[in-house]
Amino acid sequence: MAIRKLLVANRGEIAVRIIRAARELGIRTVAVHSLADADSLAVRMADEAVNIGPPAASKSYLNIAAVLAAARDTGADAIHPGYGFLAENAEFADAVEAAGLVWVGPRGDTIRVMGDKVAARIAAEAAGVPVVPGSAGRIDDPEQARAVALAIGFPLMIKAAAGGGGRGIRIVHDIAEFERMVPQASAEARAAFADGGLYLEKVIGQARHVEVQILGDGERAIHLFERECSLQRRRQKVWEEAPSPALPPGMRETLCRSAVALAESVGYRGAGTLEYLFDDATGHFYFIEMNTRIQVEHPVTEMITGVDLVREMIRIAGGEKLRFAQADIAMKGHAIEVRICAEDPSRNFQPGPGTISGLVVPGGAGVRFDTMLYQGYTVPPFYDSLLGKLIVWDEDRPAALRRMARALDELQVGGLPTTKPLHQLLVRDSAVAQAAFHTRWLEPWLEGNAHLLGAREASE
Amino acid sequence: MAKEILSPLPGTFYRRPAPDQPAFKNLGDAVAVGDVIGLIEVMKSFHEVLADAAGTITAFPADDEEPVMAGQVLAELD
Repeated sequence: MAIRKLLVANRGEIAVRIIRAARELGIRTVAVHSLADADSLAVRMADEAVNIGPPAASKSYLNIAAVLAAARDTGADAIHPGYGFLAENAEFADAVEAAGLVWVGPRGDTIRVMGDKVAARIAAEAAGVPVVPGSAGRIDDPEQARAVALAIGFPLMIKAAAGGGGRGIRIVHDIAEFERMVPQASAEARAAFADGGLYLEKVIGQARHVEVQILGDGERAIHLFERECSLQRRRQKVWEEAPSPALPPGMRETLCRSAVALAESVGYRGAGTLEYLFDDATGHFYFIEMNTRIQVEHPVTEMITGVDLVREMIRIAGGEKLRFAQADIAMKGHAIEVRICAEDPSRNFQPGPGTISGLVVPGGAGVRFDTMLYQGYTVPPFYDSLLGKLIVWDEDRPAALRRMARALDELQVGGLPTTKPLHQLLVRDSAVAQAAFHTRWLEPWLEGNAHLLGAREASE
Repeated sequence: MAKEILSPLPGTFYRRPAPDQPAFKNLGDAVAVGDVIGLIEVMKSFHEVLADAAGTITAFPADDEEPVMAGQVLAELD
């Protein structure tokens, strides 16, 4: 069914991004918003806007009944969930389709399978995608545990099968320590969770975060190469690139092909991402999870492939088949994205909502700024701190770094603190220039460079 | 003399450390300087609201889970 009117069930920069894609396709748009977002850029840009509740996301953006009522009242025939909020809520996906509307995303059942860590791991293994080595399930017999541990290798984690949220985990470094710890871990698990069952998983030390973008139409899938998102703070990505500067070409081929196999094996429809840990010391990669939505960092993939991912996902949802064969997808140059957040790097990233008193958006060749900011806009305190994403493309990585440095210097956001000073330091850092980083690199770097962040902030 | 505890930040005010836990303070409770009386969630990060005066709580003008502005009165003390 061709989509005529698309409801955007999100806010911020991604709502703006989706409205732009819809407009280019000749589709009318409905922005749903909380009371706190009545002045948002998405509300101003959409053809229609509907207030769906109070500021708290639980009472507005997460309120399924209110979103569906807004679709019914405006005559929208499709819903795009963006990322976050209801994007990976299988019940919502089902409810949208049950209401006779088009859901811009994978089927609810696909979200259910890939959202469950154990089910996703099984699906990945079946499709030939490498997973973090571990016991296939729970282990109750000590002799069996010993054999499995030796097969996995050390260090490894002993986890309580009934545990969760980091509880009941111990890391052991050799077989002697393992044999000492297993009875203890089992007894503790029995005491804490009334279940002595354990399972084992290899500890992946210094690894890079590499993820593969895929597009599927429910039958056929293609990949659009990978992104690397190793620069993270508190497990949140702050800087993303495409392609990964660390992946040898042969490995790229293997990684991306396995992602396509997994996507096709679950009949994936829409845009999705398979996340992996990549250990560049050993050359091994391990599947972590699949995100069944468009991701924040999708623009770097768009910049190196020339494919508009948001537009394609809307076309596929509207019933079109994939318009590309794998051979049509080529990658060119290098793209980098930095997240500009309303946080103060000189004060331990304390968030600072406020009113935009000045805004200078960088321009020129190869520069893109996806944002929901405008002069005079008041950033509400109720949602995440992402203000915009500065993205650059250039012929190669060194040129992209220089272009990013130039674009960051042009960017000015007045009225609140931003993470721009952090990125100005990173873009000129020698380790970053060599891409010599991993997922636990940034946090110690921040501690070591706290004085520079403070000094730069004070001088601006 | 009545004293007020103000929100240091704009955000969402929580009177409980977690939804399934009791409130930090209730009406009639004694408060010492430095006691936690609630949390303000701003952009998904949580900040403790500390009492900057001592006394007995006589009112919570802001409800649990209510959006508040910086400088808004969260608790009144006697």
